[in-house]
Amino acid sequence: MADLAMKNPLPPDVPLVLGKPSYGEVTDAVSRIVEKKPPRVWYIALAVTGTFTLILGAMLAYLVATGIGVWGNNNPVGWAWDITNFVFWIGIGHAGTLISAILFLFRQRWRTSINRFAEAMTLFAVACAGIFPLFHVGRPWRAYWLFPIPNADLGMWPNFRSPLLWDVFAVSTYATVSALFWYVGLLPDLATMRDRATTPWRQRIYGLLSLGWRGSARHWNNYEKAYLLLAGLSTPLVLSVHTIVSFDFAVSVIPGWHTTIFPPYFVAGAIYSGFAMVVTLMVLARKIYGLEQLVTMKHLENMCKVMLATGCIVGYAYAVEFFTAFFSGNQYERFVFVNRAIGPYSWAVWIMFTCNVFAPQLFWFKRFRTNLAVMFVISIIVNVGMWFERFVIIVTSLHRDYLPSSWGYFRPTAVDILTFAGSIGLFLTLFLIFVRFLPMISISEVKGIIDAPAGKKEAA
Amino acid sequence: MTPSGQNYWRSLDELAGSPGFRNWVEREFPRLASELQSKSTRRKLLQLMAASFGLAGLTACRRPEEKILPASRTAEYRIPGKPVHYATSMNLGGCATGLIVETHEGRPTKIEGNPLHPGSLGACSALAQASVLGLYDPDRSRFPRKRGKRSSWADYAAFAEELFTPARQGRGEKLWFLSEPLSSPSLEALRADVLRRFPAARWVEFESVPFAAVNRGAELAFGQPLEAVFDFARADIILSLDCDFLGHDWRDVIPIRQFSERRRVDSPASKMNRLYSVESLFTLTGAAADHRLALPSSQVLGFARELAEELGALPRKAETKAGGAGRQRWLSVVARDLREHTGACLVVAGPRQPAPVHALAHVLNARLGNVGRTVAYLRPSSRPALAGFDELCQAIQSNAVETLVMLGVNPVYAAPAEAGFGDLLAKVAHSIHLGAEFDETADASAWHVNEAHYLESWGDTRAYDGTAALQQPMIQPLFDGKTAAEVLSFAGGQSERRSYDILRKHWLAQWPQTEGESRWRKALHDGVVEGTRYPLAAPGVPDVKRVDATARVAGTQGVEVTFFADSSSFDGRFANNGWLQETPDPMTKLTWDNAALVSPAKAQSLGVRDGDIIALTRGGNSLEIPVLIVPGQADESIAIALGYGRRQCGRVGRGVGQNANLIRSLVTPGFVSGVTISKTVRKRPLATTQEHHSMEGRPLIREATLEEYRRDPKFAHKADHYKDLFSLHKEHSYEEGPQWGMAIDLSACVGCNACVVACQAENNVPIVGREQVRRGREMHWIRVDRYYSGDPEAPRAVMQPVACQHCENAPCETVCPVAATTHSPEGLNDMAYNRCVGTRYCANNCPYKVRRFNFFDLNKGVDEIGKMVFNPDVTVRMRGVMEKCTYCVQRIQEKKIQARAEGGRPLKDGEILTACQQTCPASAIVFGDLKDPNSKVAQLKQKDRNYVMLGEINIRPRTSYLARLRNPHPELG
Repeated sequence: MADLAMKNPLPPDVPLVLGKPSYGEVTDAVSRIVEKKPPRVWYIALAVTGTFTLILGAMLAYLVATGIGVWGNNNPVGWAWDITNFVFWIGIGHAGTLISAILFLFRQRWRTSINRFAEAMTLFAVACAGIFPLFHVGRPWRAYWLFPIPNADLGMWPNFRSPLLWDVFAVSTYATVSALFWYVGLLPDLATMRDRATTPWRQRIYGLLSLGWRGSARHWNNYEKAYLLLAGLSTPLVLSVHTIVSFDFAVSVIPGWHTTIFPPYFVAGAIYSGFAMVVTLMVLARKIYGLEQLVTMKHLENMCKVMLATGCIVGYAYAVEFFTAFFSGNQYERFVFVNRAIGPYSWAVWIMFTCNVFAPQLFWFKRFRTNLAVMFVISIIVNVGMWFERFVIIVTSLHRDYLPSSWGYFRPTAVDILTFAGSIGLFLTLFLIFVRFLPMISISEVKGIIDAPAGKKEAA
Repeated sequence: MTPSGQNYWRSLDELAGSPGFRNWVEREFPRLASELQSKSTRRKLLQLMAASFGLAGLTACRRPEEKILPASRTAEYRIPGKPVHYATSMNLGGCATGLIVETHEGRPTKIEGNPLHPGSLGACSALAQASVLGLYDPDRSRFPRKRGKRSSWADYAAFAEELFTPARQGRGEKLWFLSEPLSSPSLEALRADVLRRFPAARWVEFESVPFAAVNRGAELAFGQPLEAVFDFARADIILSLDCDFLGHDWRDVIPIRQFSERRRVDSPASKMNRLYSVESLFTLTGAAADHRLALPSSQVLGFARELAEELGALPRKAETKAGGAGRQRWLSVVARDLREHTGACLVVAGPRQPAPVHALAHVLNARLGNVGRTVAYLRPSSRPALAGFDELCQAIQSNAVETLVMLGVNPVYAAPAEAGFGDLLAKVAHSIHLGAEFDETADASAWHVNEAHYLESWGDTRAYDGTAALQQPMIQPLFDGKTAAEVLSFAGGQSERRSYDILRKHWLAQWPQTEGESRWRKALHDGVVEGTRYPLAAPGVPDVKRVDATARVAGTQGVEVTFFADSSSFDGRFANNGWLQETPDPMTKLTWDNAALVSPAKAQSLGVRDGDIIALTRGGNSLEIPVLIVPGQADESIAIALGYGRRQCGRVGRGVGQNANLIRSLVTPGFVSGVTISKTVRKRPLATTQEHHSMEGRPLIREATLEEYRRDPKFAHKADHYKDLFSLHKEHSYEEGPQWGMAIDLSACVGCNACVVACQAENNVPIVGREQVRRGREMHWIRVDRYYSGDPEAPRAVMQPVACQHCENAPCETVCPVAATTHSPEGLNDMAYNRCVGTRYCANNCPYKVRRFNFFDLNKGVDEIGKMVFNPDVTVRMRGVMEKCTYCVQRIQEKKIQARAEGGRPLKDGEILTACQQTCPASAIVFGDLKDPNSKVAQLKQKDRNYVMLGEINIRPRTSYLARLRNPHPELG
């Protein structure tokens, strides 16, 4: 991969790494974070996010002990925050895979400084996402029936026609491949950490994790082939996972769900929200750990551009949905969209529009694309907006469908809110642990994009 | 200790009497809590609890002691697991419905109408359906009490033997009786005995929900006591004067049966009746009416007078013209229509109206030649001279009452507050109350005797036409309750003390000695006693002068408040019945509450919105009650349901709603005027099961006038803009076995809710409570959707029962990841509860939203007694699983097995009845085999009015609807 990046014939117009560091300096800059005692703010952050993680655990325990009724779900709104959160978290994960796999295949050299970070985010987001479909079922202790195990209880297969089953396959494949991809990419850096380790425990653990990596040419050869293959495997997953998640809705008969635009619309939205989350976290981590040299404004600006592009696709999808509803002549379909615009949930719909369509338009201007404060705020706005997008799709379609007699209104309970907050806590906790114990920037890859050293010491 | 059980304890907490356990007991047995606080805690606790917990050992084997005969063929070869059916009857406010009760191993579980009984004809109401839950109400009174302290029947018997002697009572000068209107031949005979023994004793028939005015009106018109009987089926034109004969103004379901017969239109050539309704609140009758005039109840007398004058039944008086031109035109069209249908029309006045309105209705019917055709007069059994409730109050006031026996009534709650009966009762030395609950009256009485439920009692009843029916117990009284006859027997001077003996003696005396035993058996078997219908009476010519003189129209004074029997709690007697509390009001869809129903215009002028609490003040009593805005309510009229705001009640009904009796009047029980309204700042959000009331122009209920139908018999299909739909999935072949389907005639359905409760009883559908209904989590498998349409000033309402439609291409089935809902070869959309993991995807994807999810473990709190009501043929669902209508698959299987056992004979059409179908008074629901071209359902599906909802999604529902028809007068449009 470093090799592939080197072969890029295009000369970089802007340096991707500032200050012309040596290989050793790169190694130092990244490894130091893991080797030093973490800064005070890390402990404070961990205390807060850890608390929320515990709250998540408590809420889930309460849910399992009592029933789905502790949430606000009702009839007709059978899915609400649970599946909203699921789609939200799955979407967040997409940036990681896109950066590591697709940008890798497209030889986008700027990805090297951020891919590790984004991939870790993918894994943690998928972990958070997985919680919701598991716990949203009425009898979670029977959730394993969704797996294609001809189990002893009833001796029957699951229903292969159900999009929820496709979800199980899509998400589990995605989680597996992402984890492998991430871990394979980590190997050279784990070996670096092993070699630099000064305590026996660190030596042992990093040694175990690095699987005997010695950096021989043969290792590098195998490694790069494996990495390329995994990138090839991951690439369709970027598209397939959210396509299949969108099938949960598109395959149904409910107006507002039953629409063919969902797969591309969901994928674009996922990438959009994923990049927003990368920007949010990257801006913070870059600041706290002083990584300005490696994660340059160029990286951030590129991510803003991706957000602008995907934001526009999402905005276009919204418009097309409205047009299709009007053009279909189907009264149920039309009603859903009129109801979104002016119905009881119009507040959510307008939050969605404002956050997702209007806010990123600022990124047309370089001034805003290169302003840390602006991009941080907008990335958070987009995250909020994308959560609302899923909420709007799920809840506004369900709360008023075909028979007006069964129309209803969904209100979240405290448990709903705390569970979601807890999942954010879990996500951030995993992240804090990641930056504490693993190199958050791929040392070996960054080395591939800096100029050849002039007689400085070699690391790893 | 109990006769059958040991003394069980359930936990160490219970033995030790820990605070947590005491807390639990306090919730469970509120009246015992004070006992527990006293010093001798542990011993006392065990004594008290032993009796209660002993019942845990009594869940079965409680067949009654006396011999009873089943309606099924083989009593002696009882097969465990096979239900046995018995005939009995239920009395409600003096009018009985004959019933067939399904029992499983000695437990009554399901109630059906008795086809042989004239007050049922096979159907029964939601109240009758739900009464079986009342039998197993753990909050029922469990033992007699003296001044609130536990006593025993033996103590009471000793007391009563001594009290009801001529030596103590003399001629009975200070002896009073208070009961519901008696409609029991044996009790009437007993009453005659009592009054013979104590000639000076007085008897009051107390009714909280007025009904007596109907017959008082007949007496006013014809000068003799007569029982008016209406035949709605023979009337081409019906005018209802504030009479909800399809809903809460009638105690049986016969009017629905008769009326709907004339709404069912076979072909464009068929005829249809026409209903005009003048009413203040929007009732089921108003919804079924072809023309409805919203008029305050106090103005109905004026309307009736004008109509009588218009038709020449009363001398014409020019000055009585009231209302605008619209009302005058309405009236003249109605008058013309009635006149044109002389002898085939019917005017019926509501029991809320005073006697003069009923007298006018009788005069009108006589004038229109309806007597002997659509209205008949029967001569009831002779009644003793009765006293009025106000006389009783005066007598107590003047210390002229020493002994007061109250039989199954709750006047402390149900009498108008202005009577102050609770305080009066304290002045009666020997107040004796017989009641199923330890209610408000029991609390204020010296003696309380716990009453047996009718399903555990011997007794008899009378239908609306006087036909007698026997009541037989299916289970030994759970709490050793007693019947009215047993309590009364002390005063009657008989030697018999058990109601079985009293009843048998009464009936055997009526029959020739040789036939006695066989007639007794036949009466028990059939559920009716032959030859007991009241004889027809010749009413003669009505006394128009007297009617004219009494029917004086007084000036109206401000806003009136009308009171109606609640569709759920009636007059409060069903307040502790969870099924009924959760059954939505058929019009307002309100559950677990009553409200002040106001019109949109009135609400605007008052500046109130749904749930705002207003205070209604009359004569020093104030009623604070939330507002519910109801289209169609007369502007100057506010309606409030009776039966709420019970103070002393079981756990279900306590604190539910507000007590309308606070502002009622003794003189005019149906409605009062001169009420002042004031706003408060408080709100009480109401729990309704339907929040949106417009059909949004969707072709869900398809409707046309009879004329339109004749012009275009296929009108129901105009909204179907699709053809040649195809499915991406492989479709089922549906070739094997019978193919089940259902057709619901929306013309016949009046929306009475009987199907909702029948389904609940048959299928063990849990209740969820007020808060969960507010969250939209009610569990009913079948619901009745009600939509308003037309001009908001004069809205129409339409009803549609909706249960699972059993789609052939069911969208729920494809999306279930674990295949928990699948299709049977017979076209049923089956639900495998034990496979369901509860993703709720199926419910989301159901376009009819008929699937119900167990958000909690809803059967968790059900105690041993409550469990006895469960139908053992239907699984009780745990939390986290989805459930829905199964087309009563257990009934299908039962009949299939039976047919197979009988030599593999084919099933007959109509042999399998779903629970909703069986009880439907309108016979609007028809179920059967679609593959049999001669089946009733297959025939209905061939009708041009037949359509399916949402056919364009290609889900191919097996339930179809027959479009609704109205028959408006051409001039009123």
